[in-house]
Amino acid sequence: MSDSSNQMRLLIIEDDRESADYLVKAFREVGHVAELASDGEEGLSLADGGDYDVLVIDRMLPKRDGLSVIGSLRDKGNRTPALILSALGQVDDRIKGLRAGGDDYLPKPYAFAELLARVEVLSRRHGGPAEETVYRVGDLELDRLSHRVMRGAEELTLQPREFRLLEYLMKHAGQVVTRTMLLENVWDYHFDPQTNVIDVHISRLRSKIDKGFERPLLHTIRGAGYMIRDGVR
Amino acid sequence: MTAFGKLFRTTAFRLTLVYLLLFALFAASLLGYFAWNTRRLITDQITAGVSEEVGLLTGVFDRRGLRGLVFAIENRALRPGSNLYLVTTPAGLAVAGNVGSLQPGVMATTGWTETAYRRLDEQDKTDHRALVNVTALSNGFRLLIGRDLEERHRIFSVVASAAQWSLLIVVVLGLGGGVFVARRVLHRIDAMTGTTQRIMAGDLSGRLPVGRSGDELDRLAENLNAMLERIEALMNGLKEVSDNIAHDLKTPLTRLRNRAEEALAKSSNESEYRTALERTIEESDGLISTFNALLMIARAESGQARDNMTDFDAAEVAQGIHELYEPLAEDNGLTLSVQAQPAPLHGNRELISQALANLVENAIKYGQPKPAPQPLGADAAVAAETDKTILIEARREGDCAILAVVDHGGGIPEADRKHAIERFVRLEASRTLPGSGLGLSLASAVATLHGGDLALSDAHPGLRATLSIPARTGEGLAASTPDVQQNGA
Repeated sequence: MSDSSNQMRLLIIEDDRESADYLVKAFREVGHVAELASDGEEGLSLADGGDYDVLVIDRMLPKRDGLSVIGSLRDKGNRTPALILSALGQVDDRIKGLRAGGDDYLPKPYAFAELLARVEVLSRRHGGPAEETVYRVGDLELDRLSHRVMRGAEELTLQPREFRLLEYLMKHAGQVVTRTMLLENVWDYHFDPQTNVIDVHISRLRSKIDKGFERPLLHTIRGAGYMIRDGVR
Repeated sequence: MTAFGKLFRTTAFRLTLVYLLLFALFAASLLGYFAWNTRRLITDQITAGVSEEVGLLTGVFDRRGLRGLVFAIENRALRPGSNLYLVTTPAGLAVAGNVGSLQPGVMATTGWTETAYRRLDEQDKTDHRALVNVTALSNGFRLLIGRDLEERHRIFSVVASAAQWSLLIVVVLGLGGGVFVARRVLHRIDAMTGTTQRIMAGDLSGRLPVGRSGDELDRLAENLNAMLERIEALMNGLKEVSDNIAHDLKTPLTRLRNRAEEALAKSSNESEYRTALERTIEESDGLISTFNALLMIARAESGQARDNMTDFDAAEVAQGIHELYEPLAEDNGLTLSVQAQPAPLHGNRELISQALANLVENAIKYGQPKPAPQPLGADAAVAAETDKTILIEARREGDCAILAVVDHGGGIPEADRKHAIERFVRLEASRTLPGSGLGLSLASAVATLHGGDLALSDAHPGLRATLSIPARTGEGLAASTPDVQQNGA
């Protein structure tokens, strides 16, 4: 799993010692470098001085609130992507967090797989190339301007929502995308459905892009979500 | 003394003191003005009378000489209550008149002077005061005419004592009134304070006493009582929520614990441990979503989610949810369709979408047509065919935007419908299906937050769940209303 070119430098600002240590350990296990700040002031000075790919910031911190840390960083022109962790999981709080300059918002309690997937997507966004007009994975090609999808020489017919779903997956090709991320980014809903509604959409998409082809591109990552990638790593 | 201190510190009493001071000043200045004017009037009368007599007597002197003047003065001086008269020689000796003594130097200056004097015919040795006029006659003789000021003094003292008494009465009555009013107010405030202290001590059922007069204190008490009413309702709601949490989260928590314990005791290889752990995570995810739903309901019910209200069309929400759930319904062998007509709303779009999503999820879960025997006849096959649809409706009906989900499943017996909306109620054998049992409660709480309601009714067969939410009023509505009528017609 650990690929040095994909390695990220993370700063975790979290005051609860146990969850902070767990996060640092878990990120290191998947090959990332994680540093830790235990209050808002320390986090701000570290984030300001260090060169991080992503900041993971707890909403409620001693000395300085998480939102205010992000606010001061943005005021200084620091655009490092920031993910807010919060025990306040409501829609309103999420909007507040994003307004304050956060790039993503994850309510506690969260699954580590969810956090990892979101952090990796954020990091890609930070350092990645400008938005391309054509996404390619293996022999699958999606043209964002003409809305055409080709698998090899064959043109595929997708519903508009299937197109957007595939577009999001391909934009983050090679990265795990969770069900919640899909619901948020493709459908713009922020509740968690009690049913496997996303899986059904994925299986429909899969039947269109993978069925009848030798090499499947859309993979289910157990316990985390989905990933589109070409063959084996 | 503390009782007096308390009384003194009341607003009513302090106001009384201020007004008392103002009224006393007012009364004093009024009386002072009256006294001063009276005094001036009397002085004017005296000077007019004396001046007239001076003119008269100097005329007598001019015409008939000193003898004539002395004769005229002796005549006038004998009249009772008369003026004061004195004629002196150039050497200062008295020639005629009724003045016994004067302050020294009075005769030396001509014009008006106020002086102490004594009459010739008086027995007592007390001095009186008089206003006198001294006129120089020819040959160095001088004529003094004056009038006693006793009357002026008497009137002035009458006014002064009236002023004293009236001030005293103002002060006594004012203080008494102040004490009375302040005590009355203090008594009612004390009653209110007592009640609030009882409420603060935990007895939320206490209410402030409301009098019959409908004055500002009664209105205050009524408003505070209404506030207490609301607080008590909220507290009861909170208590109910926590009771429900305690009651219904304990069961899955116990299950979770038992499973972990069992895995620890019985699992022998890695794959068994793995399975047990995966089930544990699954179970805790279920718990988290239950918890989130509960919090959401509590927030919606307490009105906290009133921020983030926007203008949108219920039809778009219906179409969005249809689009999201259509494949899922199909996988379950059902057809999800939508009939959306414009229905403008002002509300929390996210919450309304979630409420509708819950209703659709319920319909998909419980909307399978019952395998029960259909009515015999040729229509049976057709009926079974139509039974497989779930319909999402959005439209405007009167003042309300309607979002409804109609399924043709087993439905809910009428007696159970009200019960079904309550928290955690999952009817009968449904416990095998996933879900927290909070879907309908959340939909209902969202409707309440927007001033609407959730109604369950019979779809013959099946269930019709209807969210009615007051439609947006104002601009933009006029444009959409004819559209709705057209579609409805």
